[in-house]
Amino acid sequence: MRNRIGIVVGCILIMLWCLLPVAWVISLSFKSEAAITNGSPGFFPADGAGAGWDNYRAVWENDQFRRAILNSIGISLIATMLSVIVATLAAYAIARLEFRGKKAVLTIALAIAMFPVVSLVGPLFDMWRAVGLYDTWPGLIIPYMSFTLPLAIWTLSAFFREIPWEMEQAAQVDGATSWQAFRKVIVPLAAPGVFTAAILTFFFAWNDFVFGISLTSTENARPIPASLSFFVGSDPFNRPASLLAAGAVIATIPIVVIVLIFQRKIVAGLTSGAVKG
Amino acid sequence: MSTVTAPVKPKAVVSDRSRAETRLGQKLVAPAIVLMLLVTAFPMLRALYLSTFDYALTAPDERDFVGVRNYLTALTDPLFWQTTGITVLYMVVTVAIELVIGFAFALVMHRVVFARGVIRTSILIPYGIITVVSGFAWQFAFSFQNGFVNGWLPFVADDFNWFGQTGSAVAAIMVSEIWKTTPFMSLLLLAGLAQVSEDMIEAAKVDGATWTQRLTKVILPNMRAAIMVAVLFRALDAYRIFDNIFVMTAGAQKTESISFLTYRQTIEQFQLGMGSALSVLLFLSVLVVAFAIVKLFRVDLAQARQEA
Repeated sequence: MRNRIGIVVGCILIMLWCLLPVAWVISLSFKSEAAITNGSPGFFPADGAGAGWDNYRAVWENDQFRRAILNSIGISLIATMLSVIVATLAAYAIARLEFRGKKAVLTIALAIAMFPVVSLVGPLFDMWRAVGLYDTWPGLIIPYMSFTLPLAIWTLSAFFREIPWEMEQAAQVDGATSWQAFRKVIVPLAAPGVFTAAILTFFFAWNDFVFGISLTSTENARPIPASLSFFVGSDPFNRPASLLAAGAVIATIPIVVIVLIFQRKIVAGLTSGAVKG
Repeated sequence: MSTVTAPVKPKAVVSDRSRAETRLGQKLVAPAIVLMLLVTAFPMLRALYLSTFDYALTAPDERDFVGVRNYLTALTDPLFWQTTGITVLYMVVTVAIELVIGFAFALVMHRVVFARGVIRTSILIPYGIITVVSGFAWQFAFSFQNGFVNGWLPFVADDFNWFGQTGSAVAAIMVSEIWKTTPFMSLLLLAGLAQVSEDMIEAAKVDGATWTQRLTKVILPNMRAAIMVAVLFRALDAYRIFDNIFVMTAGAQKTESISFLTYRQTIEQFQLGMGSALSVLLFLSVLVVAFAIVKLFRVDLAQARQEA
């Protein structure tokens, strides 16, 4: 009985921890701009200091913000798709085939997962300007792919190891080549794993900030985190907190939707990828 | 007369089939390798090359070879050591706190039988949220003008400016970092916890072990590998801390991390030579941290991947 109460209290604490700051951002997004300028401490908007949907309307009518949302969605989706295709090929080879250099692949993937991203922005900035990729979509898609590949390869090879071997062998006995066995048997079985890897990859691309601020200069390719951080408003010394909060809420909606629909898959992917590998 | 014949090493029989397998395997991993190296190894080598020049983008024609002078300048500058120190502080404090809270969360999630989906959904929200958004949320929460933290904490004056001095600003940054990444830590630990056999815990219970004894003698030693991997991943991630600092203080009040210093030199001040030298130093220091953690805690990655 005592144990039961402990777990209920624990659950409440976890939910408070996770959701209180989110509730705070939502609450902040309903404070009026005037109230923010004059100072309005407290969790909830004071009486008469509420803004209704004004902040959301203002953010949504801001061209730069709308463009940033579009950039983020486009860049993240393309990077996710390409990264998952490349990672699926590699993970299949790692989980199923014996070949020279397998260890090297895993070592490189591990090393890249730990790479200090900031140390690349200088040379990349220089290179991208030289080849015309600076401030373009591909200029961000390429680094996002490179940095999501390790996570995708780990998650996928973990999933691929669970797939029954015999089915592939059966296909090969029936006369299928290695490639046919891969395409016709393994791909349908692996689809759930591929999907999980895609979600984790999308989260990374959506969250990225370092590349977003250093490899773009205009709204041409600037993604949403960078755009939020550069959003200053009329008074540079007092940032428009409630407008930013409204923008932050909008930027978080896709994440919340994905989490709500796929929570079970994401947890499975995170734990299998990192611990079981 | 006995002849000793040297044991003939059987020549590895390379069948057509295994050769084909090798070829297919290498073909399948090639795109991934090329992509990963294109954006990391190649720029890193370029950074190594650029770091030997006195080279600023504001004056691209005046590029002078200076050898290791950039490194000497960086390593003798107290700013470099101060930012490295604060980075290590961020890493040690956040990972230690996350480990404790994350483990508590994992214990609760492991035992919970009801509302699993709700708990799982809540714990994934901080994980999925953009770090920049987390930084803003906490910056405004700590703000004395529009926040609520000062009002809620009994021992803090209402007009206390958290971002006015190093200590409290660092604490605010750490809160944002810890909030966002504890869920990740707890999920990794939850996976480790699931691998501890229930029978062993039950056996210890039958033998009269108290809860604390079961925790320290049975559960923790058996999930050592998972804990070590979680610490390694999070520590290296924390060492690269950048987003929260950029959003919350922009490096003011000596809250600057080594990543932030490198960024500022290259992108804001266009000092590609000096910035590249700092990039190389940052890369090397991450290697040192990774090596130290692996050696210090004897992390066995193969064991964690259940290959051993």
